Amino acid sequence: EFRRFSLERSKPGKFEEFYGLLQHVHKIPNVDVLVGYTDIHGDLLPINNDDNYHKAVSTANPLLRIFIQRKEDADYSAFGTDTMTRKKNVLSNVLRPDNHKKKPHIVISMPQDFRPVSSIIDVDILPETHRRVRLYKYGTDKPLGFYIRDGSSVRVTPHGLEKVPGIFISRLVPGGLAQSTGLLAVNDEVLEVNGIEVSGKSLDQVTDMMIANSRNLIITVRPANQRNNVVRNSRTSGSSSQSTESSLPSSTPNILANFLQGEEESDEEDIIIEDSGEPQQIPKAAPTTESLELLTKIELLHESTQNGFLPSSEMNSNHSAGSISMEYEVQDPDHKSLEEDGTIITL
Amino acid sequence: MRRFLRPGHDPLRERLKRDLFQFNKTVEHGFPHQPSALGYSPFLRLMAIGTRSGAIKLYGAPGVEFMGLHEENNTVMQIHFIPDQCQLVTLLDDNSLHLWSLKQHSGASELREEHRFTLKGPPGSPPSATQITAVLPHSSREVLYLGTESGNIFVVELPSFRVLEDRTITSDAVLQRVPEDYCNRRSCELVEALREHPKNPDQILIGYSRGLIVLWDLQNNKVTHHFLGNQQLENLYWQRDGSKFVSCHYDGSYTQWPVSSDNRQPEPLETLVPYGPFPCKAISKIYWQTTKNGLPYIIFQGGMPRASYGDRHSISVVHGSQQTAFDFTSRVIDFFIIFSSEPTAESDDPSAMVVLAEEELVVIDLKTAGWPAVHPPYLASLHCSAITCSHHVSNIPLKLWERIISAGSKQNVHYSNMPWPIDGGTNIAPDPPQRDLLLTGHEDGTVRFWDASGVCLRLLYKLSTVRVFLTDADPNDNMNTLGEDEWPPLRKVGTFDPYSDDPRLGIQKIYLCKYSGYLAVAGTAGQVLVMELNDEDAEHVVDHAEADLLQDQEGYRWKGHEKLKTRDGPVRFEAGFQPFVLVQCQPPAVVTSLALHSEWKLVAFGTSHGFGLFDHQQKRLVFVKCTLHPSDQLALEGPLSRVKSLKKSLRQSFRRIRRSRVSSRKRRGGSGNASEVQEANAKFDQDTLQEMELAPVQRKIEARSAEDSFTGFVRTLYFADTFLRDSSRHCPSLWAGTNGGTVYAFCLRVPPAERRMDEPVRAEQAKEIQLMHRAPVVGILVLDGRSTPLPEPLEVAHDLSKSPDMQGSHQLLVVSEEQLKVFTLPKVSSKLKLKLTALEGCRVRKVTVANFGSCKTDDYSENDLAVLTNLGDIQIISLPFLKLQIRYPCIRKEDVSGIASCVFTKYGQGFYLISPSEFERFSLSTKWLVEPRCIVDMPEVTSNNHVHNKSGMENAVRKS
Repeated sequence: EFRRFSLERSKPGKFEEFYGLLQHVHKIPNVDVLVGYTDIHGDLLPINNDDNYHKAVSTANPLLRIFIQRKEDADYSAFGTDTMTRKKNVLSNVLRPDNHKKKPHIVISMPQDFRPVSSIIDVDILPETHRRVRLYKYGTDKPLGFYIRDGSSVRVTPHGLEKVPGIFISRLVPGGLAQSTGLLAVNDEVLEVNGIEVSGKSLDQVTDMMIANSRNLIITVRPANQRNNVVRNSRTSGSSSQSTESSLPSSTPNILANFLQGEEESDEEDIIIEDSGEPQQIPKAAPTTESLELLTKIELLHESTQNGFLPSSEMNSNHSAGSISMEYEVQDPDHKSLEEDGTIITL
Repeated sequence: MRRFLRPGHDPLRERLKRDLFQFNKTVEHGFPHQPSALGYSPFLRLMAIGTRSGAIKLYGAPGVEFMGLHEENNTVMQIHFIPDQCQLVTLLDDNSLHLWSLKQHSGASELREEHRFTLKGPPGSPPSATQITAVLPHSSREVLYLGTESGNIFVVELPSFRVLEDRTITSDAVLQRVPEDYCNRRSCELVEALREHPKNPDQILIGYSRGLIVLWDLQNNKVTHHFLGNQQLENLYWQRDGSKFVSCHYDGSYTQWPVSSDNRQPEPLETLVPYGPFPCKAISKIYWQTTKNGLPYIIFQGGMPRASYGDRHSISVVHGSQQTAFDFTSRVIDFFIIFSSEPTAESDDPSAMVVLAEEELVVIDLKTAGWPAVHPPYLASLHCSAITCSHHVSNIPLKLWERIISAGSKQNVHYSNMPWPIDGGTNIAPDPPQRDLLLTGHEDGTVRFWDASGVCLRLLYKLSTVRVFLTDADPNDNMNTLGEDEWPPLRKVGTFDPYSDDPRLGIQKIYLCKYSGYLAVAGTAGQVLVMELNDEDAEHVVDHAEADLLQDQEGYRWKGHEKLKTRDGPVRFEAGFQPFVLVQCQPPAVVTSLALHSEWKLVAFGTSHGFGLFDHQQKRLVFVKCTLHPSDQLALEGPLSRVKSLKKSLRQSFRRIRRSRVSSRKRRGGSGNASEVQEANAKFDQDTLQEMELAPVQRKIEARSAEDSFTGFVRTLYFADTFLRDSSRHCPSLWAGTNGGTVYAFCLRVPPAERRMDEPVRAEQAKEIQLMHRAPVVGILVLDGRSTPLPEPLEVAHDLSKSPDMQGSHQLLVVSEEQLKVFTLPKVSSKLKLKLTALEGCRVRKVTVANFGSCKTDDYSENDLAVLTNLGDIQIISLPFLKLQIRYPCIRKEDVSGIASCVFTKYGQGFYLISPSEFERFSLSTKWLVEPRCIVDMPEVTSNNHVHNKSGMENAVRKS
C-alpha cells in the first residue's frame, strides 16, 4: 500500500509521534513495524529514534520515501550501505516476500533488542591512541574475566621520554566478558577506571576500583595493538604528540559528564526483604523539604535564569556542607541527577 | 563569583575544620621493638634505650619521655651520657658517633641531635683501625676516649668531635714496658673496656681483649701499672675508692686486682669462677658495689655452666651468703645499678638493678629482702603474650576505675613497694582530662586493662579466661618450683611469655559496658563469656550454653579445631571480672563480632557461620541465624589452610632466628668477612628481584557474587532502639552485617523490668538488606531524628547523654568496605551514599563515630566518622551528609598488622601497633591530645668531686 502525506519540515516532532502517525495513516494501530527511508545515496536506512528521524526529515529533497514492514517478517538485510544499488529494486524486494524465501538470511534483530555487553564510548573526545571500553556486567552470567599486572610504560613529559610505572592487562579468561568483546587485549595499558586516572595508584588499588565498579566498568586503555584504532578525520595529524599523553585535563569534566549520565541507570539498586516477604529494590528517598539537595536545586534554577549559564561543575559550590575537592564533587552521584533533569541548566 | 569558588571551600566551614581536626602522632606506648643499647645518667636520673632501627628513647619519672631517631636507621650499639651534662653520645653500627642534647624550647625540654662524627684513620689504613669498640666520656666533659679494634685509643674533643691527634694512645706506647714473654704471647688486639679512675681523673684503665689491662696516666702519657691477665677480657669495673678493680672474662671467671703505688705489675688478689668447676659462659659485665656493713654486692651478667644452663639469660646478685641468679625471659641487652652517686658517701649502697632484656624491662629492688621486682610505670611489655585484639573505653566512671585498680592491686602483691627509682625530669603535661581504659586481648586467653589516660600506659589489671576451661597445661603447674638447695640459684623474673599453651584460648573480641561493669569477651574457639565485676574472690558455677549456628544445614563437617572443654562444678575466681555465662558456638569457629546490651541484658555474637542472641539475665539462647551460603564449603570446614601456613611460618621463624643470631654476633669477625656477607646478601636480593620480574604479580578482576567464600562471615553486630516496622512505634532491634554485603535486622521484644525474668525475650526478623555491591559490611549505625548517633546503652540512664530524638525520622548508616550509605527508616529507601573504593581505590578497614570538640569554643562539638582505609589513610567524614572533611596519611599501607590493630577512641584519638610490643598513639582532634611534655633541669653540681669541675661549671654557665 502506498500513502502520501505531508509533514512540516521545521517541526518534525518526535519519532514516537511520527510512528503513531504512520500507524494511524495505515490503520494498523497495533502492528509492530520497521520504518525505513531512502537517503540521498539511495541507501535504505532505518528510522527508529528521534535522531535518525530528524536526519531523514532534514534530508528529504523534498520528497521523503518511507518504507514500512511488519516486524515479524522484516528483512533486516535490506538495510545498510549500498542497499539500494546492490539490490536493484529494494522496493520489490521488500514488498514481495516470495523473493525473500529464495535467499534465506539469518535474522538479526535490531540493536535495541539486544542487551548491550560492551561498547566503545567517547570516541570523539579521546586521543586516537586511546580507547574507552564499557563492559556491562549486569544480567550476564559471564565473568568479567581478566587480570591486570604492574608494568612500565614510556611517556612523553616536558623532560623528554620517561619510563613510568603503569597497569596492564595481563590475561583474558577464555569465554569471559572481556575476551568476548574483542575490545581489550593482553598488554593493553589501563589509563583510567570509570573516569579516575590510575597513575600513582597501586595494583591493589586499581583492582579494588575495578571490582567496586564491576557492574558498570569503564576502562580507558591504550591498546598494545595500535593498528585498529578508530581514525577520525576531525583531528589534524598534529595531534599525535598530544595523544601520547595520558591525561587530558582540560577535557576531563566533559568526559566525566558524558558517561556519568549513563551510570545512574545501571547503578546498583540494593534489595530489601521486609518481614521475610518478596525481595524488592530499594527506592531512592524523595528529597524532603529540608533536604540540602533541594535547596541547591532551587537556588540553581534561580541563578540560571539570571545568568543563563552555569556550568555543572561549579554549581556544587552552593553546597554549604560540601568541602570536598573539585574532582570529587563532579563525580558525586548525588549531583548527577541535577545534570540530568535540569534541562534548563544546560541550555 | 560563585563559580570561581572551589566546591567545599566554604570559608566558614574551613575555619571550623581547623578548629576541630588536627593530626598528630603523640607518643609511643609499650616496649621498644628490638632494643640494642642502654644508658643511664645518675646525674639526670634518666635512662636511655637505643634500638636496632636507630631510635633512641629517654625515660625518667613517669611522664618524662623523649624520643629521637637517627637518620641512618642503624642499630644503636652504645649510649653514654656525658657526665653532669644534659648530653649523651650514641655509637651506631656504622661506626658513627652522635651527640644529642636536651634543650629547653618554649617551656619544655626537647631531645635534639647536635653533631655527628665518623672516626677516620690515615689514608690506606684498614677500617678496623678506626672501628670503635669502647667509648669513655671523660669527667672533664671535654673529651671522649674512643677505643678501637686496632688497639689504639683516639681522643676527640667535645662537642666539636675534633680529633686530638697528639693525645692518641697507641698500642705501641702501651706495650713498651710490658714484659717480653707476655708481649710475644699476645698482642694488644682490640680495646674492650675503658674506665676512668673514680678518684683521679688523670688515670684511665684500659682493658684489651686478650687480657692485658693497663692504667694509663693522662698527664704524663705513660703506663703506670700493668695487669697481666691471662684470660680473654670481657669487662672492667672500678671499686668505689679506686684501690681495686674487677675484671671479668670469657671463661666465666672474674678477678680482683689491687692498685697501689708500690707495685707496678701486681698479681691478682683473687680469681673466681662463680658457677664452676665445669666450663662456664662468659661474664660479660660486672659490678662490685660496697655497702655500709662491709659486705659487697657482686652483680654480674652471664657466667652460667655452659652445658646445662648455657641457654639462660641470667644476671647473678651475690651479697654475702645470699645469691640469686635472675633468669630472664629473653636475651639481656644490658643492665645498670642505681646506687648512691653522692660523691661524699663512703659506700655505693645499691638500691636497684635495672635490666633491659630483649623483650622487657625488669627492675629489681635490692634494698628489700628477697629482692622483689618493681612494677614499672612505663615500658610495659604489651606483647608478653601476642596481642590479638584491642578495645578502648573512654571516660570511665570513677567508681568502676577504682574497683578495677583495687582488683589489680590484689594481683600485684608480689611487687616491691619501692618508688620508681628512675625519677629524673619533671612532667609538666596537664593532667589527663578523663580516665580512659585500653583493653588488649591476648593469645593466651588473657585480657589486660591498661590505663590509657596519659603518656604512661600502665597495667591496671589482668584478667584470665583460662580457668573456665580444661586445657592440657594446667596453669597451676609452676615451672618455677626449684628446690631450696638448687644450684645455680635461678629465679625466673619478668612476664614475657609468648608461648601459648592452646591457641583456642585466644581473645578475639572484647566489649566492656562502663556503666554496669558487664564485660563480654569472645575467643578463637567460638567461646563467648559474660562477666561481672566482683570485689571479692568467689567460687561459682559458670552457666554454660551451646549455640548451634548450623541448625538448618545438614551434612556438613567442621574440620577445624574442637571446642574448648569446660570445667565441671564450681570454679574459684579471684576478685575482678568473674564469668557467669559461657556460650559456645557450634561449629567452634572464631568469633568475628560481638555486641553487648547491658540494659536489655543481651549479648549477640557472630562467626563465619551465623550469629546468635543470648539473654544473660534468663540465661537462655533467644535465637540463632545461619548466614552461610550453601555453597560456601570453605567457611564450613574451618581454617584448614592454616595447617599449611603454620608449617611455613614455623620454617620462616626458624630462619629468622638463625639470621638474627648471625647478625647479633659481635662484629669482630674481621671486615673481610663482613663484606663477603654483604656481597652475598646483595646477590640474594638481586636474585629475588629477578624472580619477581619473571613472574609478575597479577590480580583477577571479577565482580563479587553471592557464591563467593565467606560471604556469611558476620562482620558487625549492633543493638538499636529504633523504628524498624512503622514510624509510630520504636522497639529494640539487633542488626547484623555480613561479609557478603547483607544486613539483617531483627525486631526484639524485651519484657519490662518487673517481668524480665518471667517472660522470654522474643526476636523476629524484620528486614534483610542486600547491598548490590556485595562488599563486607563493617559498620552499622542508627542516627536519631536530629541525625545524632544513638547513645550507648545506659548512657542516658546515667545522665551522660541527651535522650535520643524519638520524634523525627531515624536513619540507618551502613558502612561497607567500599561505600557508606544512608537509608531512611522504617521504610528502607536509599538517601545518600559515598563511594570510596570506586573513586579512590581504598577500602574501609575501621570505622567509628568520634566526637570532635572545637579548640576555640567549649560549646561546639560535632559527631563525625573516623575511617581508616587499607591504604593507611585516616579520613574524617561528616554526619549525616557523608562529606569528606579531611584526610591524613597515618600508617604505611604495607603495614597490614598496624592497620589491623588500629582502634579509635570516642574522642578522636587512636592507637595502632607499630611493632608487636608498641602502640603508637595518635590524635585527630585539636582538643584531646595526650603527649609528653616535660622539663629536665640541670641538677646543681653540689661539690667539687672532680678536678675539672670548675671548668665544667663555666661550661654550664656559658651554655645556659
